[in-house]
Amino acid sequence: MQQVRSRHDPAPSRLRYRLHRLMLTPLFRRFLRVGIPFCLSFGLGVAYLSEPRNREALILTFAELRHQFETRPEFMVRLLAVEGASDGVAGTVRELFPYPLPVSSFDLDPDAVRGLVEDLPAVAAASVRIRQGGVLELDIEERQPAALWQRENGLAVIDRQGVIIGKVDSRDEKPALPLVSGEGAGEAIAEALALNRAAAPLGSRLQGLVRVGERRWNVVLDRDQRILLPEKQPARALDRVIALSEAQDLMARDIAAVDMRLSERPTVRMNGNAVEHWWRVRRLVAEKEGR
Amino acid sequence: MIELYESQRTMRQMRRAAMQRGVVAVLDVGTSKIACLVLRFDGRDRLAEAEGIGAMAGQAGFRVIGAATTRSRGVRFGEIDAMAETERAIRTAVQAAQKMAQIRVDHVIACLSGAGPRSYGLDGTVELEGHTVTEQDVSRVLASCDMPDYGAGREVLHAQPVNFALDHRTGLSDPRGQMGQSLSTDMHMLTVDATAVQNLAYCIKRCDLELAGLASSAYVAGISSLVEDEQELGAACIDLGGGTAGLSIFVKKHMIYADSVRMGGEHVTGDISMGLQVPAATAERIKTFYGGVVATGMDDREMIEIGGDTGDYEHDRRTVSRAELIGIMRPRVEEILEEVRARLDAAGFDCLPSQQIVLTGGGSQIPGLDGLASRILGQQVRLGRPLRVHGLPQAATGAGFAGAVGMCLFAANPQDEWWDFDLPVDRYATRPLKRAFKWFRDNW
Repeated sequence: MQQVRSRHDPAPSRLRYRLHRLMLTPLFRRFLRVGIPFCLSFGLGVAYLSEPRNREALILTFAELRHQFETRPEFMVRLLAVEGASDGVAGTVRELFPYPLPVSSFDLDPDAVRGLVEDLPAVAAASVRIRQGGVLELDIEERQPAALWQRENGLAVIDRQGVIIGKVDSRDEKPALPLVSGEGAGEAIAEALALNRAAAPLGSRLQGLVRVGERRWNVVLDRDQRILLPEKQPARALDRVIALSEAQDLMARDIAAVDMRLSERPTVRMNGNAVEHWWRVRRLVAEKEGR
Repeated sequence: MIELYESQRTMRQMRRAAMQRGVVAVLDVGTSKIACLVLRFDGRDRLAEAEGIGAMAGQAGFRVIGAATTRSRGVRFGEIDAMAETERAIRTAVQAAQKMAQIRVDHVIACLSGAGPRSYGLDGTVELEGHTVTEQDVSRVLASCDMPDYGAGREVLHAQPVNFALDHRTGLSDPRGQMGQSLSTDMHMLTVDATAVQNLAYCIKRCDLELAGLASSAYVAGISSLVEDEQELGAACIDLGGGTAGLSIFVKKHMIYADSVRMGGEHVTGDISMGLQVPAATAERIKTFYGGVVATGMDDREMIEIGGDTGDYEHDRRTVSRAELIGIMRPRVEEILEEVRARLDAAGFDCLPSQQIVLTGGGSQIPGLDGLASRILGQQVRLGRPLRVHGLPQAATGAGFAGAVGMCLFAANPQDEWWDFDLPVDRYATRPLKRAFKWFRDNW
């Protein structure tokens, strides 16, 4: 028989036993796992940050890092490309562009740039995007000049919506554009353009359109002739006048104005000479008949 | 210092609290080993009861999640002999079980194997106040049991109502709601030595554990080793432990008698140690390897080297035949069994309808014991192993763990004891006042 040695079976000391039990307590374990690291890191963080120098250094480092990241060449905008704009507008946009290039795309506010560009009178719409290769692309849709508006302070170029795009010194700069004048002509420019189209048969005799009382149009021809159009359906009235003119050479005669304001009673106002002439003819006819 | 009887209700509440928290430990403080099992209750027992399948001997509701045994130190005859040693041993077992379970246990249910248990049969009769039996009537009839003079220095460990009788109908398990005139009850009361209980409670308290229940180890071994029909028809469970042999008699699923013989396996080991002049550890080893109680011709030829460590060749090369070993063991085992027989006779075991005897505990593993026991105790002897419970490690399923496993069942669903019933109304009012008065007198 082999000799039996008593197996080593040490009893835990009271302290170890209690410690073991404590370690098996769920709340205590959670405290160890979560509470102590949290408290420790929180305390250290607070202690570190309570020193103003540290705080400043931290903020500075952060700002430095941020700046370094933002000024990486991948994020830099080096070029401003303005597309779809005439040279004058493009020049203005370049002048207006608020950032000195090159600039980081983080500092760039495309919405603000777009707002700025769209605030230009000559620009109908603009889109801003940063293209690959550090190019800020500005796609501009310009307003198309539709007419010249003669006002007290000079000639203005306006587009179809009646927005004033710019100014010209004389009509010769934009000979192709029709001329309108009068108070409120800008708002009714669409009507004016329609009338201008309708007046095409008049050819070069057409001088311009005058808005009267902000409600109706007068067509001004050379030789100081006018066609007074009604408020409603002015184009039709103009067509009638043109038809009459083509049939009977109305506008070639010595008349001052054709008044179409009352459609059922068009009126022709003659010039003084014509009236006298007319009267003379009437007299001659009367004498001849009276004899 | 605990007042066992007064703290029984508190211990029941503590057990309930532990069940609610889901973890309770059972501690079997034996003479040869201390076993600690950690049980986890997952609340399935309530469910099972609700569905009416609660008949699985209460083992369905819990699971053993930690088990540890350690060599017992400082315990003799199932009683604590050296407090500090025992406390250390309990600490070892509890810590190992906690480590295995990975959970902290605060409540422990312990059992006592020694402490001279003594059984008393009590009866009481009351006239019913109404026509039907109410809970108050049950309380009153339990309170009316005449208390025997069980002597100073004894404590009531168990007090279980075994039987209720209403007028002339007896054998009622639950008389509530039944019509009748007079209600009587039979109660089984088990008293133990107060000092043993105090020592155990003190050791457990020193380990920062709350005592949530105390049981007699003979009783819990019976719960785990006797099968249901044996418990119903009548059987005795003999728990052959290290320092004591506990015996408990069950009938109608109630313990009606418990006792313990202050002899056990350690005495057999001691005999071998003395007879063969070997150390106790070697003697224990020889006993477990070669032990037996029935010698055959073959055993004369089987020589056992018993060895030694002295350096003397003659001494270290000693051999002994197995027959000689059996010759040493058998008289002691016979003595134990005869003592048990005497206790059974004194209890009137031969009057029971069925006289099944179940041997369990570590000592029941001696080969040939059932033959010897049937010659001494009677024909119906079998060896019992404890019930299988959920999660119990293989190492803890042997007969030696009958007490520990029984305590699991006891923890899961204990039988009704006297302190599980409401106090009768007439006593209830006076008690708190009395206690308050006593407290004032003690402290001012």
